[in-house]
Amino acid sequence: MEQGAVSGSGPVSGLGVRSVSVRYGDQTAVDRVDLDVPRGRVLALLGPSGCGKSSLLRAVAGLEPLASGSITFDGVDLAGVATHRRGFGLLFQDGQLFAHRDVAGNVGYGVPRGQGRAARVAELLGLVGLPGFERREVATLSGGERQRVALARSLAPRPRLLLLDEPLSALDRSLRERLADDLRRVLLATGTTAVLVTHDQDEAFAVADEVAVMVSGSVPQVDTPERLWSAPATRQVAELLGYQAFVPADAPVARLLGGPGLGQLTLAPGALVLDPDGPLHGDVLRCVPRRGRLDVTVAVAEIGAVTVWARLGETVGQTVRLRVETAAVGRIRG
Amino acid sequence: MLGEPTPARLRDRPWVARTAWTLAAGVPLAFLVVFFALPVVAMVGRGFVVDGAVDLTGFTEVFSRPRTWRVVGLTLLQATLATVLCVLLGVPGAHTLYRARAFRGRAALRAFVTVPFVLPTVVVGVAFRALLQPSGPLGFLGLDHTLTAIVAALVFFNYSVVVRSVGGLWERLDPRAVQAARALGASPLRAFFTVTLPALAPAVASAASLVFLFSATSFGTVLVLGGTRFGTVETEIWVQTTQYLNLRAAAVLSVTQLVVVAGVLAVVARTQASRERALPMIEPGRREPDAAGEPGSRVVTVAAATVTGAVVVAVAMPLVALVLRSLRVGDGWGLDHYVALAAPARGLGVSALEAAVTSVRVAVDATLIALLVGGLLALVLSRRPARPGARRALAGLDGLVMLPLGVSAVTVGFGLLLTMARPFGLDVDLRTSPLLLPVAQATVAVPLVVRTVLPVLRAIDPRQREAAATLGAGPGRVLATVDAPAGLRALGLAAGFAFAASLGEFGATSFLVRPNDPTLPVVVFRLIGRPGLDAAGQATAAAVLLAVLSAVAVAVFERLRSRTVGAQW
Repeated sequence: MEQGAVSGSGPVSGLGVRSVSVRYGDQTAVDRVDLDVPRGRVLALLGPSGCGKSSLLRAVAGLEPLASGSITFDGVDLAGVATHRRGFGLLFQDGQLFAHRDVAGNVGYGVPRGQGRAARVAELLGLVGLPGFERREVATLSGGERQRVALARSLAPRPRLLLLDEPLSALDRSLRERLADDLRRVLLATGTTAVLVTHDQDEAFAVADEVAVMVSGSVPQVDTPERLWSAPATRQVAELLGYQAFVPADAPVARLLGGPGLGQLTLAPGALVLDPDGPLHGDVLRCVPRRGRLDVTVAVAEIGAVTVWARLGETVGQTVRLRVETAAVGRIRG
Repeated sequence: MLGEPTPARLRDRPWVARTAWTLAAGVPLAFLVVFFALPVVAMVGRGFVVDGAVDLTGFTEVFSRPRTWRVVGLTLLQATLATVLCVLLGVPGAHTLYRARAFRGRAALRAFVTVPFVLPTVVVGVAFRALLQPSGPLGFLGLDHTLTAIVAALVFFNYSVVVRSVGGLWERLDPRAVQAARALGASPLRAFFTVTLPALAPAVASAASLVFLFSATSFGTVLVLGGTRFGTVETEIWVQTTQYLNLRAAAVLSVTQLVVVAGVLAVVARTQASRERALPMIEPGRREPDAAGEPGSRVVTVAAATVTGAVVVAVAMPLVALVLRSLRVGDGWGLDHYVALAAPARGLGVSALEAAVTSVRVAVDATLIALLVGGLLALVLSRRPARPGARRALAGLDGLVMLPLGVSAVTVGFGLLLTMARPFGLDVDLRTSPLLLPVAQATVAVPLVVRTVLPVLRAIDPRQREAAATLGAGPGRVLATVDAPAGLRALGLAAGFAFAASLGEFGATSFLVRPNDPTLPVVVFRLIGRPGLDAAGQATAAAVLLAVLSAVAVAVFERLRSRTVGAQW
């Protein structure tokens, strides 16, 4: 899918989203968003449900009209280009397989008729781990198998950009984790440029090179998973990632958390560790057993409520001493 | 692979799509305007325009007659009684035939109770006469030419409308809602009234309004059974037009009927809209709901099955009586009446067999026209345009399409006679055109086609089309690969209904049929008007022939239904 003839040595390769807004009536779902996805890279669009991430994805696919802004690929503006001419694939949450076609009929749908089609179908089915499934009826597939077939179908025409709309959300947890790894592997193996929409940060981090966080229509931060965790751009981003407590960096207690400075310090679960000699102390508010350990919520003066992981049975009302694991403290600048 | 998109190819030409959709909407719309709306307007105009001036005294005149009030009252009474009975008998029928545990012969019983609905109305009338006339099997009841007979025939005809539309929903209702109610301590009866019935209510209401509509506009059945004492507004329009040549009275009655029908259609539209509200459904083809697993359902099951069994026997009786009467020759039995079908009937000039050939020929043409017009309309109506203006236009079109269901077919037929003498001032007389009759019958069949195909197209998840588009399929290929597979099966079923409807069409046909070339329902009607036992016997034989033709047509197309979901008849 080389676009050289059109773009030449254009300034930008890959997808460009410039100040894009999407509106439904007087409601703004996407508010002046800018994004870039260079060729061969995978970007995750992470946000809570209703934040506008799916609307943005549909706008990129050409399924929603833009209220403002532009969408380009390799520098070429896509305004007025219909969905089917964009060369973008789209994987839906529930696959949207064609029930009246068998597996091969689905996977081969976007591949031109010809000798290469059967081979391409077989190749893709092999890639997603379903070799020999060509003649199976869609109705006989399990949920995970359906999503694999849907992935194969959207990759078969070699889209220059693959859009994935919560592709794993309908599956159960263990299947989701396994398929997330497979998804990453398949995207790398095919060198596909992709945008993954998800509300699950584990999924985003497992699949994507970069993560764009979306909150109520706008994108406050685009970063690598590591940078996102160590330096969330705003308190909203930090909260979305699971940070629990926020402390001004010039507060007295900040010295214990990794030094004074600008902005705010923020604590994730595990940032405080039980230690009889620790400099901090707090009261146990709640204990919840989880996966063989205890999630203990501790109220710490000047910091707030933070989750501490424990092995032993702590009891509610008890006072515990704590030290700080500075690696799990983030800093919000500005 | 998508090739090298060049800027010129990349840009879509929106006017191509817009032109195609305008044509798809415009052609059927023009058809309905010319062959339905204009004739109705012309007919109504005759009643209210006197010497070029609007004159509404017709209303006062017609409504000051006691006869008019009697007919309107009778129409409403018959339709109300028939509707109530259909619902009371149809809901248990829906349980037994669709919800309860499957039993041997269930599919056959489902098909059997549908038979009356596809029978030509004249045949229903003749069958009930055969059953109830003094010499018939139930003649001792003295019900011939009574209100009871008419209501019974209307229930016979419309029972399956309730069974099918309520049953279709009931069979897919998720049983876990009832199980949840039972687990919360509700008795089976309470669970039924608080969970099941509210879920079924939209289907019951929508079926009931359809039954009311069909009953209130019933023509052939009432004309045959009512004699001189009983009638509907529809038969009264016919009487006023053909016997008293009182076009003003006919026009007033047409308008009255139109108002009633429009009101009922508005109710139907509202209940249809609420029916599209999401209910917890079982995925099609996944598993049978285990109704037997609903605790305490045994009593309900047995009671419903008893009612349904009685209805099935009652449905069979007029059909059996009809066949018996057609085989009765003098004091013995024989096929004489069937043999006589091949000979020219006295005074008719043609044989019943020739009339059957005419009927089939006309019905084939009418079906093709109805499929083209109705199929295009369903396609256009299934779209969800983004522009609010286009949306409103579609909503209006949706209502307009249903009107031929309720507007007096007699009015359409007579109106066509009026407008086709010099259509648009052109100096051609289309009244003798062999296409006029199929066209008139097609206008009656178009709503059936739309109502069969449209729900199927609407049931397609719009994301299926989006998925196809992101795989590189243009609008044409999306239509061919996503809409067509479902739509064509529904269109096959619609063909059966359209064919049966035009085969039995009598209201408009009675005006437009060429005297030397009558269709089979016209021959049946003329034969029962004749004195003499032989004519009556021949009428029943011709009615059996007509019934068999209709049933075979629907049965052939019904086979296509099995994989079609969502059709509503």
